[in-house]
Amino acid sequence: MDFLTLLQVLDTSVRLATPLLLACLAGLYSERSGVVDIGLEGKMLAAAFFSAAVAFYSGNAWVGLLAGVGASVALAVIHGLASVTFRGNQLISGVAINFLAAGMTVLVAQSWFRQGGRTPPLEGDARFNPIELPFAIGPTDAAAADRPLSQLIAEAGPLQQFYSELISGHSSLVYLALLTVPFTWWLLFRTRFGLRLRAVGENPAAVDTAGVSVVWLRYAAVLICGVLCGVAGAYLSSALQAGFVKDMTAGRGFIALAALIFAKWRPVYALWACLLFGLFQALELRPDIIENVSGLKVQVQLLGALPYILTVVILAGFVGKAIPPKASAEPYIKER
Amino acid sequence: MDKMPKWADIVLIPLISLLLAAFFSALVILAIGENPIAALKLMVDGALMRSAGWGYTLYYATNFIFTGLAVSVAFHARLFNIGGEGQAMLGGLGVALCCLYVPWPHWSLAILGASVGAALFGALWAMIPAYLQARRGSHIVITTIMFNFIAAAILNYVLVELLRPVGAMDPASAKFPEAVHLPTFQDMFSTEGSKLFRGAPANVTFFLALLACVFVWLLMWRTKLGYQIRAFGHSESGALYAGISPVRITVIAMLISGALAGMMSVNTTMGESERLILNSTEGAGFIGIAVALMGRNHPFGVLLAAILFGFLYQGGAELALWTSIPRELIVVIQALVILFTGALDNMVREPLEKLFIAMRRRNA
Repeated sequence: MDFLTLLQVLDTSVRLATPLLLACLAGLYSERSGVVDIGLEGKMLAAAFFSAAVAFYSGNAWVGLLAGVGASVALAVIHGLASVTFRGNQLISGVAINFLAAGMTVLVAQSWFRQGGRTPPLEGDARFNPIELPFAIGPTDAAAADRPLSQLIAEAGPLQQFYSELISGHSSLVYLALLTVPFTWWLLFRTRFGLRLRAVGENPAAVDTAGVSVVWLRYAAVLICGVLCGVAGAYLSSALQAGFVKDMTAGRGFIALAALIFAKWRPVYALWACLLFGLFQALELRPDIIENVSGLKVQVQLLGALPYILTVVILAGFVGKAIPPKASAEPYIKER
Repeated sequence: MDKMPKWADIVLIPLISLLLAAFFSALVILAIGENPIAALKLMVDGALMRSAGWGYTLYYATNFIFTGLAVSVAFHARLFNIGGEGQAMLGGLGVALCCLYVPWPHWSLAILGASVGAALFGALWAMIPAYLQARRGSHIVITTIMFNFIAAAILNYVLVELLRPVGAMDPASAKFPEAVHLPTFQDMFSTEGSKLFRGAPANVTFFLALLACVFVWLLMWRTKLGYQIRAFGHSESGALYAGISPVRITVIAMLISGALAGMMSVNTTMGESERLILNSTEGAGFIGIAVALMGRNHPFGVLLAAILFGFLYQGGAELALWTSIPRELIVVIQALVILFTGALDNMVREPLEKLFIAMRRRNA
């Protein structure tokens, strides 16, 4: 395999890792506050539909993003009501949210567009288009030289190839997602809010005793989770692809959940876990590469299941130990 | 003293939750510009007013009885088995192997053999998460979710690479031999003069599902093991003090749960498609969650809830056929049922409890 092919695979990995990363960080906020969220998938799916639909009507991807975030936050509020206010079973609530999104998106899509549960394809500003970073070889250079982009990149030096192929040319949401990682680290480990958020996931009674509202903190975490899932969904339908199709999240919410466990509920580890799982997804699209490199015929199906298998191994504690926040999935009942 | 009389807990709360779910479903139908009353009428006509409609309703109900029982047995041990889908997929593999590679002389023997195969494969698939939960403390919900995806990958691999007949395009096994075809309701109940259940897929497996209900009831409320499972679910420390091994109960409860989920495939794979196909479970493993919640984890409740969901499934198919309402309406209804009977249970329960306490005070 040559250097350029490697770059291409890594480029696809970054693209595919972005929704995983956003959803994974979303889950991180929620679970660090003690609210388990297996409804990441549903929130992403709802956001994917509503962002694509509104982007189609408005012609503006950012307006679509807002709508997607709104839909995702609405589901997050339901999750908050069920798990914080009414102290219900958080897992069951997550399951309900996943089904609600899976059904509602198709129902509304059919009612609005009558295209069998999809939105019309998005074009132009209705999508998040690739950003060309300065000094990178991009489509404008290709147009100026009147030659295909791939040829220009192939002729460039390795550093320029690395910069143009891998670093440059992603949509703004990819860079946003990457920036969310250090921000999350800072927020969780360097601010008072972060300390309280982590404390409420470990020992809510102590936080309550200190006079800080457990309910408010958990709602804040659940809402942040909703916002990030919304961005992840919008990325899926209006950056990675051009429009919404039924069930387009395709288990990404659960892979994000797996990545969260893999990362042991830490933001920077989450980045590596998501990039790794993104790489698996990229290789799933290009099984020929593995065959060329290793000489083995690889089962695509098994490659797709690898994130799940790795997560089970990690969970089983055979390789390191993944210990969730102590008060995970436990509703907090204030003593009266 | 209980806050509420028992009938309120068993009947009133599920009923109110169900009405809430129905109310919001009606709102959804209104919002997409259709008439909820006309939709309901169409569903009732299509699912319950003809024998063929019942044939479909009971076919779906058979699946949901198995998966509902599976979820409820695990619930009794306070384990949330969300992996019914994967266990049913592997159960289907067990059924297919039994039907394809054993020369059964008659369907009555074949259904016994296939049930054992299905139960065995389903139970094995549930055993690993159960063991990991019991011994290594890995959360069973997460592992069973992961196992659903792994099961789908395995099934995909087996169908594409191993079981697919040479030259066939679609990922499915070969047709099962004639001898293992199960009698459908049409074969069983039609007379010379009148054809009943024409073309409907309901088959003899329905009675197997009824037997499973009786079995689970006997097991949970009439055996020592059932008592241990319920005691463990009620209080782990109490059970430990009484000499009940948490590891043993966790694993056994999940084995039974997985076996029941796997047996669903006897209905779909052997009774309906008569070969193993990629998506034979169609989400029935997840509907088991809604069924168990609504049936309050009791086999009789599960039976009623399964029939209700069977009706919704068949009615939903009718709606999709005659109106522009897609089948996904059922997924929304299912979500609302899970939401109101499961996650928002306290929203209904707390005001009712207050009401009953206030009434008792007035009477006293």
